[in-house]
Amino acid sequence: MEIQNSEKIFQDKVDEEIRIEPKDWMPEKYRQTLIRQISQHAHSEIVGMLPEGNWITRAPSLKRKAILLAKVQDEAGHGLYLYSSAETLGIGRNEMLNQLHTGKAKYSSIFNYPTITWADIGAIGWLVDGAAIMNQVPLCRASYGPYARAMVRICKEESFHQRQGFEILLVLSKGTEAQRRMCQDAINRWWWPSVMMFGPNDEASPHTAQSMKWKIKRFSNDELRQKFIDVCAEQVKILGMHLPDKDLKWNEERGHYDFGAIDWGEFWNVVNGNGPCNKERLEARVKAHEEGAWVREAATAHAEKRKAKANQAA
Amino acid sequence: MRLWQQQKLKTMKQDWPLWEIFIRSKQGLDHKHVGSLHAADAQMAIENARDVYTRRQEGVSIWVVESNHVHASNPDEAPSFYDPMNDKVYRHPTFYDLPDELKHM
Repeated sequence: MEIQNSEKIFQDKVDEEIRIEPKDWMPEKYRQTLIRQISQHAHSEIVGMLPEGNWITRAPSLKRKAILLAKVQDEAGHGLYLYSSAETLGIGRNEMLNQLHTGKAKYSSIFNYPTITWADIGAIGWLVDGAAIMNQVPLCRASYGPYARAMVRICKEESFHQRQGFEILLVLSKGTEAQRRMCQDAINRWWWPSVMMFGPNDEASPHTAQSMKWKIKRFSNDELRQKFIDVCAEQVKILGMHLPDKDLKWNEERGHYDFGAIDWGEFWNVVNGNGPCNKERLEARVKAHEEGAWVREAATAHAEKRKAKANQAA
Repeated sequence: MRLWQQQKLKTMKQDWPLWEIFIRSKQGLDHKHVGSLHAADAQMAIENARDVYTRRQEGVSIWVVESNHVHASNPDEAPSFYDPMNDKVYRHPTFYDLPDELKHM
């Protein structure tokens, strides 16, 4: 009776677009869904630094190095905003890191693909960050306050990520024959994984209805995917390149682009740990955590020493 | 047990405290809460806050407060807690019906 009443008050608030804050009553499943979604999102930001970090030292100019460094630093910041927002739901930072390192928690599968050429950095900015923005803008209105606020900050910063990526491809598209080939090749490899970033089709996404009722999600996977494809199909023309989908065609009646079948076999294969870089990415994270242990210990020891000194002086 | 798992057990009890971060975006404005982060001490919290929350010149001053020092009102008691203020519309200037000819007020 008591819980039923609380559930009703909670849902009424959500329906009236009143944000839920950490100390408000919330259904346990709402809390768990958010912890899963936000921590998964945080892990994606952190793991997402790896494919790009790979190119910081090899970026073609000092300007590109500085830009890429700033972008990767932003991803670290985004991970931190999200981790602390998940922590307001009662999960500890260590626990989340532990879930990532043991493979219990997932991160976006897109980061399990390799960055083979410089053009990949452009394609990631344009397509991967473009898809992420498409997903994230509606999350700025998510019903959970701390998550929505983190997303506002993230979205403001993501815009530069996408633009710098498109600019990299634009420069390549006006370059030599070899550079144009490199540009098209990167688009070919990143297109379908980016389209898959929106997750399974609506009929195969059982939690969507509940997440939409709770206003964590505002649009379904397929709605956002369609929007993304419509936008990219136009943008690619400016590059003088094409998207690797022979079925991509404007549908006057629908007012949208039709597109080819998605290889969900590949999607689930990568989600389940068999993508080209799953093992490498996780190992890199674990190694960084292990090798950073002494820094964390030293900082703790230093803080304790300073505290002791201050106490002595007082 | 892998090395990081052992370390995890070892460092669990010494997990860095959580800090709430407040930033003054420019001189003359209030410090505003922007989020939180973990740090070993106040100095480190300020330096981390600079890197996490002011990468685009969002601030000219940072306050950090250890989260467990923040005391908050209870949201469950909000209706009764704020009730005394609900029926005092006369605290607002618009409550007073004055002639239009009245100027500079």
